Amino acid sequence: MGEVKFSKEHEWIKLDGDVATIGITKHATEMLGDIVFVELPESGSSIEKDGNAGVVESTKAASDVYTPVSGQVLECNQSIIDDPSKINSDPENQAWFFKLKIKDKSEMESLMNKEEYDKFAKENTN
Amino acid sequence: MLKNAQKDFIQRHIGTSEEEQKVMLQELGYKNLDELISKTVPEKILLKESLNIGDSNSEYKALRKLKNISKKNKVYSSFIGMGYYGTYTPYVILRNILENPGWYTSYTPYQPEVAQGRLEMLLNFQQMVIDFTGMDIANASLLDEGTAAAEAMGLSHRLCKKDTKKVFISKNCHPQTIDVIKTRAEPLGLKIVVGDEDKDINESIICGIIQYPGTLGDIKDPSEAISKIHKHNGKAVLVCDLLALAKLKTPGELGADIAVGSSQRFGIPMGYGGPHAAFFATKDEFKRSMPGRIVGVSVDRHGNKALRLALQTREQHIRRDKATSNICTAQALLAIVSAAYAVYHGPKGIRKIAESVSQLTKNFADKLKQSGYELYSDYFFDTVTIKTLDKTDKIYKNALDQQVNIRKVNSEMLSVSFDERKNLYRANQLLKIFNCSETIKETMNKSLSNLPKNLLRTSTYLDHPVFNSYHSETGMLRYLKRLEDSDIALNRSMIALGSCTMKLNSVSEMIPVTWKEFSQPHPFSPVEQVDGFRELFTDLKNWLRSITGFSGVSLQPNAGAQGEFAGLMVIRKFHEKNGEKNRNICLIPSSAHGTNPASAQMVGMKVVVINCDQQGNVDYDDLKKKVEEYSDNLAALMVTYPSTHGVFEEKITDICDLIHKNGGQVYMDGANLNALVGIAKPGNFGPDICHINLHKTFCIPHGGGGPGMGPIACKKHLEIYLPSHSIVSDCGPATGIGAVSAAPWGSSSILSISWMYIKMMGSEGLKLATQNAILNANYIANKLKDHFPILYKGKNGNVAHECIIDIRKIKRETGITEEDIAKRLIDFGFHAPTMSWPVPGTMMIEPTESESLSEINRFCETLVKIKEEINKIKNGKFDKIDNPLKNAPHTHVELTANKWTHKYDRETAAYPSATLKSYKYWPPVARVDNVYGDKNLFCSCPSLDDYKETAA
Repeated sequence: MGEVKFSKEHEWIKLDGDVATIGITKHATEMLGDIVFVELPESGSSIEKDGNAGVVESTKAASDVYTPVSGQVLECNQSIIDDPSKINSDPENQAWFFKLKIKDKSEMESLMNKEEYDKFAKENTN
Repeated sequence: MLKNAQKDFIQRHIGTSEEEQKVMLQELGYKNLDELISKTVPEKILLKESLNIGDSNSEYKALRKLKNISKKNKVYSSFIGMGYYGTYTPYVILRNILENPGWYTSYTPYQPEVAQGRLEMLLNFQQMVIDFTGMDIANASLLDEGTAAAEAMGLSHRLCKKDTKKVFISKNCHPQTIDVIKTRAEPLGLKIVVGDEDKDINESIICGIIQYPGTLGDIKDPSEAISKIHKHNGKAVLVCDLLALAKLKTPGELGADIAVGSSQRFGIPMGYGGPHAAFFATKDEFKRSMPGRIVGVSVDRHGNKALRLALQTREQHIRRDKATSNICTAQALLAIVSAAYAVYHGPKGIRKIAESVSQLTKNFADKLKQSGYELYSDYFFDTVTIKTLDKTDKIYKNALDQQVNIRKVNSEMLSVSFDERKNLYRANQLLKIFNCSETIKETMNKSLSNLPKNLLRTSTYLDHPVFNSYHSETGMLRYLKRLEDSDIALNRSMIALGSCTMKLNSVSEMIPVTWKEFSQPHPFSPVEQVDGFRELFTDLKNWLRSITGFSGVSLQPNAGAQGEFAGLMVIRKFHEKNGEKNRNICLIPSSAHGTNPASAQMVGMKVVVINCDQQGNVDYDDLKKKVEEYSDNLAALMVTYPSTHGVFEEKITDICDLIHKNGGQVYMDGANLNALVGIAKPGNFGPDICHINLHKTFCIPHGGGGPGMGPIACKKHLEIYLPSHSIVSDCGPATGIGAVSAAPWGSSSILSISWMYIKMMGSEGLKLATQNAILNANYIANKLKDHFPILYKGKNGNVAHECIIDIRKIKRETGITEEDIAKRLIDFGFHAPTMSWPVPGTMMIEPTESESLSEINRFCETLVKIKEEINKIKNGKFDKIDNPLKNAPHTHVELTANKWTHKYDRETAAYPSATLKSYKYWPPVARVDNVYGDKNLFCSCPSLDDYKETAA
């Protein structure tokens, strides 16, 4: 299991072979507040790095979700569609958003590691 | 002595006396208002001369003058139809809602705890629409039938998975609807096909729009057309008639995806075009893509049922350029009136009205047929189209001679629409006009064979108890009073919402709206009959020219966001006609109102956001960089002035120059015009075009979320592109962008409100109003600065007509948010200021010129007291969680319960200020749970059992 990496759009990504699991960070959920709705990309669809991969909504904000790497959507997490509050309670583990079969592992290199992301998140808080 | 009386209204409108103003100015260190202004507004743009409006007028004189103007309108009996019908506003509703400041001075229900009354009536409206259309969910009103149909096209487009750009519209739709859809489709690159739904749906389409019944009154079964639309991947949109739906199968039963229309004929006068509430209903699966506000049911923190605005993340104030629509102000007050009409009449009453109207139409049609006329269709609800052939012109003239308006469809056909106001006398008069020797007798045939048997409605409607409980006037009166009492409106306390300009809506301004000369004319009446309106429009346009410094004015857009859309369309056409169609970039500051990017995207422009600098002003360097980057394709800059931060930015002329040098045009959002009237003119300091919110600066009341009016004003080079209308062709240039509203002058009848305000205030009063608006805001900023940081200031540390107080440090130190402060303000009897916009974690305060010094002081003292409570939390005297702010607002039920478990006492909770003991507003619900409401979406009237479970 590879290490967790982070994007500037507050997504995390875990790589296992050529399957990536992607979700949003705890910091993102703190900025959004209580999440009431999530829309995930269609299974089987292809998405490009930094492209649209769904929407997450709270009562006072709506945020687009972007994919940090390119790939084909293998699976979406139905449990967070059924109960979006799971995203607030366990965003970086149980409440993953979707799994991708990735094309190009080198796309991971430009992403931040945990230390870099934590610093980035602190600097970008209101 | 006599001369001075003419200025009396100025002192009625401006809340402070001259002595009080002196005191306030002294506190700020200024000798007089002129000095304050010269130290606040950039020298470069300060007006040296006065406005050209004229003298002030007393209320009595202004009313007399307007009465004389109104008498130039000839009120004919209208059979024109085309979406506008005669109706009676029940008197109990007229006096207790339409003429009642407790209803018309309220704001949009963003603070649900103080808005349960109007939220309930809007929920009733949604339920009424759901019932009549047979759809799953409805919103709380759109601007008019034409734009509602265009929004349906918008929703279909957003959800369309196929590549097609085609939109089908039946030729049987009202012509003004087709026009508005054409205007809205073009910038999105959509291709409109107008045709016959039985023959012309042959390829993949985004949606198919059908009128049911058709504009000529004919009732055709739309089922096959709906199947065809679905087969071609489109959404089926039915533009329908609420009264007809009392007797006909619903759009839902017929398989439609979206149903839209106008609720005007449910008790709202035609008003020469408006205002009226349009409705929008659709299937549950499309709810997240719906435009407009939606009222939903949630619970408060005690678990009691509470209403709120649901799914706000779709809307412009959150989603901005990705919003489902740019709509902000809608037609809330009119939706409330229509819902009240349904509550008062109930299902039996409405059915009776529908049957009488249809019966009279049928009897009329039968007599015509007996006389040898051929009808366009044997199946109709209230509208008969007759093939009058070579008799057309003569009959049309006969009608005019009798002061009756009928619709001339073309050189061979006339059409007549019956409605609630038509009786036997009118029907027989009409028969005579058609040279019919027969008359309808009282005891005529009572069969409605004009309604096709296979389309007769069998499902019930208005079953909910609310539509079956208030049919006596006493019952209705008390229901309306109970709802009114639940809410905070301007008749209770100051509502200092930044950027909303909640100033006085005087009775003298409101009186002319319901005069029959203004409320009864049909928008498509022959123009010779409405000289009164013409004069009103001319006066208003000339005054707006003087005020803005622009030469062209269009009164068609019926909301600020509509004005933005129209203005950007004008700019777009300007570039196109200059051979620069490639110009499609719209620069918008990050601090802009959400409607700005939402409108830009509707015009097909690409939004590029400009940053603000540390002082909250447009970051000139960032602007310069982006202007240069996008120079070749720069269409426009949208700017608000003074800024949405309440500052007169010094660099405004430089900013406009920069845009012009790079081939762009400047659009000014006129929301803050209350800080400019008589002091600076946008036409002089750079912008090319702007909209004016008449429901802010010019006194049209907020109505709980509309009606509004958003006329646009522009420089000479843009005049030829202003909105026009296909039915009343001289309302705008033929070279214009087309129609943006269903009616040529938008919501014409409420223009009388702004006419009255400007006429009474005159040049002198208007300037004084602006000066005092700025004085009041600076006075408040000065009073609060030691307790809350004032974010963003301009020249000499002054603000414009509003100021922002920063709550972020308080949040970091104590966990108390601006929302907690807003809810605690309710315990003090105040509506909160603008929350978290334009800067998250702050509150924006705009007192306006209409507030008295005592009320302004009371508000400041309240905020200071709240700060003291926050300090108590900080130093541990109040618990961090169980404190009066976190638990606010406190209901009377909680306060008088036998059990009181809080760590602070009841008196602190209920009477944080001693004066509240003599006048206290009691919120009917505690803090509303927003998360619960959006997670468990419920947008229709809850069952009676649910009410039984909750506390009072």
